[in-house]
Amino acid sequence: MADEIELKTAPADFRFPTTNQTRHCFTRYIEFHRCLSAKGEESNECERFAKYYRSLCPGEWIEKWNEQRENGTFPGPL
Amino acid sequence: MIVREWLFLTMAACDAAEPWQLGFQDAATPMMQGIIDLHHDIFFFLILILVFVLRILVRALWHFHYQKNPIPQRIVHGTTIEILRTIFPSIIPMFIAIPSFALLYSMDEVVVDPAITIKAIGHQWYRTYEYSDYNSSDEQSLTFDSYTIPEDDLELGQSRLLEVDNRVVVPAKTHLRIIVTSADVLHSWAVPSSGVKCDAVPGRLNQISISVQREGVYYGQCSEICGTNHAFTRAPGNIGRLLSPLWLSRTTRGATHPRSKLLQRAAGAVGSQGARQ
Repeated sequence: MADEIELKTAPADFRFPTTNQTRHCFTRYIEFHRCLSAKGEESNECERFAKYYRSLCPGEWIEKWNEQRENGTFPGPL
Repeated sequence: MIVREWLFLTMAACDAAEPWQLGFQDAATPMMQGIIDLHHDIFFFLILILVFVLRILVRALWHFHYQKNPIPQRIVHGTTIEILRTIFPSIIPMFIAIPSFALLYSMDEVVVDPAITIKAIGHQWYRTYEYSDYNSSDEQSLTFDSYTIPEDDLELGQSRLLEVDNRVVVPAKTHLRIIVTSADVLHSWAVPSSGVKCDAVPGRLNQISISVQREGVYYGQCSEICGTNHAFTRAPGNIGRLLSPLWLSRTTRGATHPRSKLLQRAAGAVGSQGARQ
């Protein structure tokens, strides 16, 4: 069927095999922004990382981190 | 109760707790099947031990009597029996531990890549669900709150303290990743028939992977004391079911309807392609 949506989400990551997935979300968020700074804002290659972190992180966290990045107070290595 | 069931045959909730229920709810996932099987396996040996110990106890009490045995035996020591009654009881837990650990670790295992990620975020006292696999920006996300329906607003056939206003709808026979977290205090996301109970900790994301094997409406309750309304506003989610790939449009819409209507509509969606919209 043409109109069928493909079910797809962030794959299981061997770096994060445990129940605790907090780092998984955080790492994917950092990976996306590192990718952006390496490849440039227009690059489409980073889109998959964005999909991963959006799948994994609660919206509230993403909002907070985005705000922190704007203010330059983001705690992670970007 | 019986009269009510007789009048409304469709009311029997298969995947919710029943009055005076002693056993498990029907398994909906391989995980729950494993739990039930392990329980039954262990219970077999448990009953054997119980009968054996009771026999010793009752026999000793029965024979320790001033008329039947005026002169009691005065055994204070016996090396053989002491070794036996130490070794045997310590071997039994070892044999119980083998299948138990096997099940425990296989439940944690993420075997295949999940197809859908659902975020269940605990609040006092409701749950927020996020489906964001198809977001193309940080702002848009399919998010909805799921509150328990208050007792006064229940419709006929709805379960008290179990029914919610917005159900979670997920596909059956699909590997799901459920990310459980909390926005305020500790909660716990639990669905008994799926064999799932996962603590929701603020600032931490806990993952559980389930694969629901059959379609149905599943109920669960918060399993961590989370404040005054924990007992009355238990508000975890109900796993609904999914029948068509176009479930996103359905997740919030069909939810306010009583169970039967949801099922009817869902069944219609599977039957004909025209109903998919």
